[in-house]
Amino acid sequence: MSMLEVARLSKRFGGVTAVDACSLSLQPGSVTGLIGPNGSGKTTVFNLITGFIVKDSGDVRFNGRSIADLGPDRIYALGIGRTFQLARIFPRLTALENMLVPMRRDGLRGLFSRGHRHDERARAMDMLAMMDIAHVAGLLGGSLSYGQRKLLELAAVMMVQPQLVLLDEPAGGVNPALVDRISDHIRALNAQGVSFLLVEHNMPFVMGLCHDVVVLHRGAVLATGTPAEIRANPAVLEAYLGS
Amino acid sequence: MTRVVTSTPVKFGALAVAVVLALLVPVFATDPATTNIAVFTAMYVGLATAWNIMGGYTGYISLGHAAFFGFGAYAFGLVLAHLGIAGGYEPFLFVPVAGALTVVLALGIGWVALRTRAATFVIVTIAMMFMVQLLAENLVGLTGGGAGLSFPVPPWTGDFYNTPFYYAMLLMALVALAVSWWIRRSKFGLGLLAIRDDEDKALAVGVPAHGYKLTAFIVSAALVGMIGALYGYYVTYIYPQFAIDPLIGISIVLMVFLGGLGTLWGPVLGAVILEPAQLWLAYNFGASRLYLVFYAAVFLVVIILMPRGIVPSVTSLIGRVNNRRAVGPSDAAGSATDTHVIVEPAP
Repeated sequence: MSMLEVARLSKRFGGVTAVDACSLSLQPGSVTGLIGPNGSGKTTVFNLITGFIVKDSGDVRFNGRSIADLGPDRIYALGIGRTFQLARIFPRLTALENMLVPMRRDGLRGLFSRGHRHDERARAMDMLAMMDIAHVAGLLGGSLSYGQRKLLELAAVMMVQPQLVLLDEPAGGVNPALVDRISDHIRALNAQGVSFLLVEHNMPFVMGLCHDVVVLHRGAVLATGTPAEIRANPAVLEAYLGS
Repeated sequence: MTRVVTSTPVKFGALAVAVVLALLVPVFATDPATTNIAVFTAMYVGLATAWNIMGGYTGYISLGHAAFFGFGAYAFGLVLAHLGIAGGYEPFLFVPVAGALTVVLALGIGWVALRTRAATFVIVTIAMMFMVQLLAENLVGLTGGGAGLSFPVPPWTGDFYNTPFYYAMLLMALVALAVSWWIRRSKFGLGLLAIRDDEDKALAVGVPAHGYKLTAFIVSAALVGMIGALYGYYVTYIYPQFAIDPLIGISIVLMVFLGGLGTLWGPVLGAVILEPAQLWLAYNFGASRLYLVFYAAVFLVVIILMPRGIVPSVTSLIGRVNNRRAVGPSDAAGSATDTHVIVEPAP
């Protein structure tokens, strides 16, 4: 059974069809790339899957359950995490506090317990260490470099062990050395069983990392396949380069 | 940038000294003029601290909290009248009832107002406050309308009159402070601060933002409503423009901004500075509106010199000094262990 099933998802903004009957399917343990020219609807698909915008039609099912009408917090609680195109962290919280914000819905007891319980804190420090940013744990988020913010955002989203993580341009705006580190971190997390759906313009990054690639064009799925199949698909080249 | 963390024994020691000093105020200052200032200062400490739970922690600036203050006063007065409670210590036992009734109002207002954000939220809260004021004016059969509502008159006289009210206000201020501290240390509080920084991001990591904001709003309003109840009993007579006064709401906000928005002690400091100063101006320059000029001047000073308020500015200054001492120029980046110790939430 697919982990995530997007079925004929559509979204219009006024007269513009941003997503047009988009369907895709993700298998557990996969790393899937979602690519397409600018304005093809990639981020809108992310926002629809994670509940940030409401669909016009279609359905999104996660582990067999429809999540199309749930809010972002409920969807996160079910096991779908996400990052944003421009790294978003909480600037007036320390890096460690940023790690402690993500939450499962564990009732009032969890809600009013001290935010930095020992086990949670230890896991947060482990995650920061894994991302090689443990040394900034006590620094305010707003004082971190952009690369550190990217890593912190990825680390924070992993705090409650999501099954699926949607990464919006994880390699965007960071230096090549850090791109390689991010790629390694994604591989390591994937080896632990986390599935990924990522939007990215950096083609070597996508082709080197993803098991499957979905190409969007004008809001609709143009092609689906392995990186090699996508590279050889003339329709994809035309969509990117024009005829 | 790191945060400065004062050790726990020092914090508790300072708190204990402050509480003991506050408890001794009526012992050393017995004249009614001074104890009146003490009553109002304790009242504003509680109000500012309660407001900060919503405005400071979530970043949602409510200028309509005077509605809860006045509503609490009216609810309390009506409960006392309905139950036929006479003046004395017994009415104090019914203050939580005013809080509970204020929760109902806050639930309704919050449910609507918290569907908006930023400036819209500010405007909606102001509008809601004036609606409550209009209701108090027009529901004449219930509130007495413009003629006002009288409370039972306490039997105490002379220099002692203010003392029970002072301790009641002080207790409410301490309750507000304890609630604020508890929230700030909880996962719930961390969620509120996350909402303040970036609400959409908070949603993305599982924070149920609407529920959190509504809870903070209700807790904040309930505390304000209970303090309003004490105020009504203290002044023994209220009318709509007096109890639901926009200036009360603005004063609270100004105090929090002066002391430090979103900090535990900032609202306390702001109230302790501004309220006695305002009353001193009133005593010395009559019942003019000179204190409004003073408020405007303070607001300008805060905006120009300390836009983050006293507590964050001073904390930041101390942090910079400490960092200069602790970190040599050749080790500006610091080590992992340097930063790991400074990870407690801000006070």
